[in-house]
Amino acid sequence: MSDQSLPADRRPWILLSPALVFITALVVVPMAFILVYSFYENIDLAQDVPAFQFGNWQELLTDSYYRTAIWKTLRLSLIVTGLAAVLGYIPAYVIAMTRYRHKWLLLLLLIIPFWISFIIRTLSWIHIFGNQGALNGLLGLLGLTEAPLSIMYTEFTVIVGFIHVFLPYMILNIYVSLEGIDQNLEPAARTLGATPWQAFREVTLPLSLPGLAAGCLLVFVLTGGSYVTPLILGGPSDFLFGNLVYDAVVTELNWPMGATLSFALLLFLGSVVVLYSKLMGMDQLSKAFGR
Amino acid sequence: MARVELVNIRKSFGALKAVHGADAVFEEGSFTTLLGPSGCGKTTILRMISGLESPTSGDIFIGERRINDVPVHKRNLGLVFQNYALFPHRTIGENIAFGLKYRNISPSDMAQKVKDALDIVRLPKVQDRYPSQLSGGQQQRIALARAIVIEPDVLLLDEPLSALDANLREDMRVELKAIQDRIGVTSIFVTHDQSEALAMSDKIIVMSAGRIEQIGTPEEVYNTPATAFVAGFLGASNMLPARVLGRDASHILLETPEFGQTAVALARAAALGTNRGATLSTGDKALLMIRAEKLTLGPAGGDAPQAVVENVDYQGQLARYFLRIGETRLQAINMIDAAPFLAGQTVSLTLNPNACSALPEDTSA
Ligand SMILES: Nc1ncnc2c1ncn2[C@@H]1O[C@H](COP(=O)(O)OP(=O)(O)OP(=O)(O)O)[C@@H](O)[C@H]1O
Ligand SMILES: [Mg+2]
Repeated sequence: MSDQSLPADRRPWILLSPALVFITALVVVPMAFILVYSFYENIDLAQDVPAFQFGNWQELLTDSYYRTAIWKTLRLSLIVTGLAAVLGYIPAYVIAMTRYRHKWLLLLLLIIPFWISFIIRTLSWIHIFGNQGALNGLLGLLGLTEAPLSIMYTEFTVIVGFIHVFLPYMILNIYVSLEGIDQNLEPAARTLGATPWQAFREVTLPLSLPGLAAGCLLVFVLTGGSYVTPLILGGPSDFLFGNLVYDAVVTELNWPMGATLSFALLLFLGSVVVLYSKLMGMDQLSKAFGR
Repeated sequence: MARVELVNIRKSFGALKAVHGADAVFEEGSFTTLLGPSGCGKTTILRMISGLESPTSGDIFIGERRINDVPVHKRNLGLVFQNYALFPHRTIGENIAFGLKYRNISPSDMAQKVKDALDIVRLPKVQDRYPSQLSGGQQQRIALARAIVIEPDVLLLDEPLSALDANLREDMRVELKAIQDRIGVTSIFVTHDQSEALAMSDKIIVMSAGRIEQIGTPEEVYNTPATAFVAGFLGASNMLPARVLGRDASHILLETPEFGQTAVALARAAALGTNRGATLSTGDKALLMIRAEKLTLGPAGGDAPQAVVENVDYQGQLARYFLRIGETRLQAINMIDAAPFLAGQTVSLTLNPNACSALPEDTSA
């Protein structure tokens, strides 16, 4: 018996090994380089001296500018996640519950935006909210405003841009968990005396929480790690932690500081994922993807 | 507990007519079965009674009250779904208590009622388990307990046994009927299994393609089917085109090419008192219905009609014979005396006129 069970125990590792090799070579090793780089010293533009010192980390922990950035990132990610959860639940619910015969079409509509580059989708908001944009054009045409409203380059446009790009992830995750719920459960609750709203709250909502949580985690992490959307749609004060990395690496050519900041962001978002898996369990997330 | 009445209920889904004008009365405390093939509209009728679907036209009464516009949660009905529909995130105890929460019941009463319901379905120790930790048969009983604990006016059961395997199914059938007898709730049971319907029901409503074909006791629908569809759906039977030669007070005389003249007792002639209202009179075309088990095979010879055995389906005590007289094909199910007749053999057929029925010719079946 034990002779036979031994190879069986090893099989998962054999199957996992290609993935593990790739992850090690393309993620773990580069990350290790970045970690090492964070201890280097930057003496001038693009001039780094190999060293083992904690100057960069010290700066990160003492300069309140970075703390502000973390706080901004946390706040904006939470806002985007919360809004996406509410805005995403409704279409997910409609798609899951509809008796419309061509449901796949509705799902296709969710996927279609991915065929267009996310940068282009983000830029498109300038044509809507800009001074010469569609919204101002319409308001002017209707005579509702004298001068164009300045909507662009605010936190609002950044949030709109994020939701636009990340909402499909939220919808798909919620949809998958709603789809897995037996369609008779809500009717069963209603025949037992629950109003439609009570039936939803007591049955459907709790059963869809794993998908909702998985969607929230994804949107939170994706928002927290991004820098392009605030760059395109935000004003000078609408920056996220990711923008600091961008500034350090691209503008200031200070790679050691950039490495420190990236690693800090990784630790921050990583701890969110760990917290999530402590609360929800990782199998919930894999369930949302695995179906 | 209450009586249920459907008055000319119709239901269309877009262009599809699922139910065409159904009239039916479900007496207080009775056990009525809706029987019919898949897609004939049984579930649709049940869902309309429960309020999950609203009829396109017609009225539904529970007791004296018209309930067409009463929302589902105010109808006080117990519905048991085919797939049980237990709440997977709630324990068995919470599942059963679910309906009680909406009924102003004190926590101690609630606990007592849950316990009583579990005793009724004979699963007293599973309160704290989750539905996924129970077997199919146990889940089915919990679904029943959850529906009866709210003391519904009407208990609706949509093929509650169909997900169980054959043995469990028969046990549950007996148990379900015993529970219904004990609590005496008006019950409407949906099935497409004729033996289930015959065994359990006070009354059977046979449906086909959105229409009610016949309403009657199990004996009535089995012995005096109102239409060819009912005859064909319940048990194996032969339907021979016939001509009405005449009728008197007690009998109707039919002629078929195969069996010559057969006098069918009028009590069995479906022409009387059926919901289709067809009456047979001299010269009409009709159908002579012979149950497969009432057609007896004997050795060849004599005056009786002679048939050729084309095939034999050996079933232990019984044999099912596929026969041919001229171009007409017949089925017979006989007990096996010593040895069954064999394929290719010629046999004589006897038929007991008292076990035959006359039906109006039915072009739709
Ligand atoms: N929501 C719906 N939308 C469209 N058509 C429907 C809907 N519900 C039922 N139907 C159609 O109505 C007809 C009757 O369906 P119903 O579910 O009542 O059949 P049934 O007798 O319960 O069959 P089964 O024994 O297979 O459960 C079917 O043709 C079905 O396709
Ligand atoms: Mg059905």
